[in-house]
Amino acid sequence: MTIRLEPRIAAPRWLSAAATIGAVVVALVISGAIIGFVGGDPIRSYLHILNASFGSIGVLSDTLVKATPLILTGLACALAFRMRLWNIGAEGQFLLGAWGATAVVLSGVLPKGTPAVVVLPLMMAAGMLAGAIWGLIPGVLRARLGVNEIITTLMLNYVALFWIQFWVFGPWSESGFQQTKTFPPEAWLPRLSDFATTVPAFGGLTVHLGLIFGLVAAGIVWLILERSRWGYEIRLIGDCPRAARYAGIDIARNLIVVFAVSGALAGLAGMSEVAGSVHRLQDRISPGYGFTAIIIAYLAKFHPGRVVVASILFGALILAGREIQPSGVPAMIQGIILFALIVSDTLVRYRVRIERTPPPAPATAEPAVPG
Amino acid sequence: MTAIDAPALAIDAPALAIDARGIVKSFPGVLANDHVDFDLRRGEVHALLGENGAGKSTLMNILAGLYRPDEGEIRIDGEPVTFGSPRDAIAAGLGMVHQHFTLVPSQTVTENILLGLDRPRFLLHERRSEAEVAALAERFGMRVDPRARIWQLSVGEQQRVEILKMLYRGARILIMDEPTAVLAPQEADELFETLRSMTREGRSVVFISHKLGEVLAIADRVTVMRRGVVTAAGLPTAGATRADLARLMVGRSVLETIDRVPVTPGSIVLAVEGVSARNDRGLPALRDVSLDVRAGEIVGIAAVAGNGQSELAEVITGLRPCTGAIRIAGEEVANESAGTVIARGVAHIPEDRSTVGSAPNLSLTDNLIMKRYREAPVARGWLMDEATARTIAGTLKESYAIAAPSVDTQARLLSGGNLQRLILAREIETKPGLLIAVQPTRGLDVGAIESVHRLLLSLREHGTAILLISEELDEILALSDRIDVVYEGRVVGTFPSAEADVGRIGLLMTGGDEEAAS
Repeated sequence: MTIRLEPRIAAPRWLSAAATIGAVVVALVISGAIIGFVGGDPIRSYLHILNASFGSIGVLSDTLVKATPLILTGLACALAFRMRLWNIGAEGQFLLGAWGATAVVLSGVLPKGTPAVVVLPLMMAAGMLAGAIWGLIPGVLRARLGVNEIITTLMLNYVALFWIQFWVFGPWSESGFQQTKTFPPEAWLPRLSDFATTVPAFGGLTVHLGLIFGLVAAGIVWLILERSRWGYEIRLIGDCPRAARYAGIDIARNLIVVFAVSGALAGLAGMSEVAGSVHRLQDRISPGYGFTAIIIAYLAKFHPGRVVVASILFGALILAGREIQPSGVPAMIQGIILFALIVSDTLVRYRVRIERTPPPAPATAEPAVPG
Repeated sequence: MTAIDAPALAIDAPALAIDARGIVKSFPGVLANDHVDFDLRRGEVHALLGENGAGKSTLMNILAGLYRPDEGEIRIDGEPVTFGSPRDAIAAGLGMVHQHFTLVPSQTVTENILLGLDRPRFLLHERRSEAEVAALAERFGMRVDPRARIWQLSVGEQQRVEILKMLYRGARILIMDEPTAVLAPQEADELFETLRSMTREGRSVVFISHKLGEVLAIADRVTVMRRGVVTAAGLPTAGATRADLARLMVGRSVLETIDRVPVTPGSIVLAVEGVSARNDRGLPALRDVSLDVRAGEIVGIAAVAGNGQSELAEVITGLRPCTGAIRIAGEEVANESAGTVIARGVAHIPEDRSTVGSAPNLSLTDNLIMKRYREAPVARGWLMDEATARTIAGTLKESYAIAAPSVDTQARLLSGGNLQRLILAREIETKPGLLIAVQPTRGLDVGAIESVHRLLLSLREHGTAILLISEELDEILALSDRIDVVYEGRVVGTFPSAEADVGRIGLLMTGGDEEAAS
């Protein structure tokens, strides 16, 4: 008896979605088994995670706060990955975005008491610009010199990290601590709790305007990828660069622009995090959002709408991680989900055929396209 | 035309190194070898001549153990053999040097030669092996440094390493698959010297080629193949003329009769002047090419594969840089982008359908709008009108009979003929001013070929200027108003199709006129 993998002629559409959900379920079952093996109660653990991330309006709000940077960095990855451009640098672009937004507040270019309607848009612009520049470096290197973007984006993450550390340990350090001073209120993105005086139910809810940025960005990226001429070019280059060149598409220019937009999205995530949630720049501003974004983009099959759903799921896992930190369970679940996803991807593209020797004469073949 | 029979073998003929009888090999849809006989005498260079797709490489891959024949018998030095792998063939003293080398770039010459051998078992005696390799190279007049790393070597030197690899393994029979295709002229002369020194020792060489000059220069005998059958077996080169060989190689099948309506050519649409370009390996592919195509005219490029015709199509369509002038309807477009050339109304049926002419994982719709997604009605500002695109795709699918379940089907699921119809539909539907058609009927069945030919002729009547690049000489003869023969990147002859002489074209295509000219 032999087990063989055969390429599928055509995978039905539902199969891809079913495989993704199936992968998450399988990952939860495997993780449950491991929790049970080490003496835990898987059902109770999952209920605890569920409760800790979706159990009340308060924790749901916290989950969404965690999901916000993931949505934006996830979109940054999904956009680049559609063109088969492996931007592993969302983390660094996120950090530069956070730095750019902070620079607007702390550099003193704005006179004291500048209103929020001026400060916040400037912070957004600076954050996106800084992220875009950080994306442009690998983009230009790849387009002009053919330098592998996986290496450059990965390495630039470390450069970004040290760049942030220089500023928070040095010029912007708050009396020797590795963080800046807290931003003035006009540099804070509005939160639901800010409106608690009019709507008492909003009291204590930390979800901020960054979530809207994420949702609007998801809509725009969807429009670009699925409905625009530029999105068509991105899809064509992603599938077959030689055909794209033949169709008269400037691949180098697209490479650079996609990298810049991808960097700007990650940079906006950094701005939203410092202005909406942390209210200062600090060392370890990101617990690895830019890396989790890679998993999210894969989980979403590079589809903007699904990036939002996957980000909320991972936001919940990160939040639950704080709840039951010592066991490290959520990190394990994340890893197993990724593993199950990769396997499910293979199952979508290939069918498993188990053959008893000798193989039967011409098996009923998959109905191929006639002609 | 009469096939020239091999002279009857005398009783005292030298023993045969290879004696293959009745070899049959079919691939899905193609009979690559149809009862082919081939023999190789000890100590001779035997050339195997034929166009691309004639079945030469299939036959040699069978001899070298890469393919198993469906029928037939092979004897090596009189012993019947069946090879399961190239390893078996080498063990029997038969080695093949392929067109694409199989060397490890970061390793030295000696390391590459030792690679895969059973001995030495564990430790490499580098000095001793290097000396052995050097001695072997010396013996056959090959200049190669045993310690050089492969990436440092020229293509010619790499080929020597491949030959040494076979000799080191004790090959008495060497099969060379188009060895001069990658060589500069003086490198080819050196190769010939090496081959002669091998035959002087009693080794034998099979030399695959489609260049007549070389075949006459190096081979003792020649076997010619066309479309899977032998048209001349073991013909001594001493008595053969280039014209004979050209006719045997190109042949002439019964031409389909297509009515070509007389069209008075209009103004010059495409003018190529003094264009030179390099191929992907950086070697000269086009040398000072000049030609023009008028409205309502089909100009055929007759050339054997690899003589620069692919590069010519790429240069005109903006896909390859060049020097010289290219004007389309009077506008200079040399070294402009592919997008600019498309905007000038140039359609292109590319040689490679599945990775250049189409994007395999995108839908029929996406593939059909590839050249018009920038313009209304498909484009609406920076957005695209999905519904209109699908309607256009549906109409084209209908009128060009592209067999597929729907316009959402991925292009990779189409058969070769349907994929070609998709590309034709996209390129022809826009009624282009200039069409560059490369191998438009390759791999299609007879009915499909005829419909493509009719489409091209109706475009011609409509006033499109067509540059037809094809390896099917019959196709060129049937469709073209004028024929330019290209050999080694040069236009070596121009014929109005009425005066076209197949023998002469065949001779020019294979470089047969080189000596006559010099």
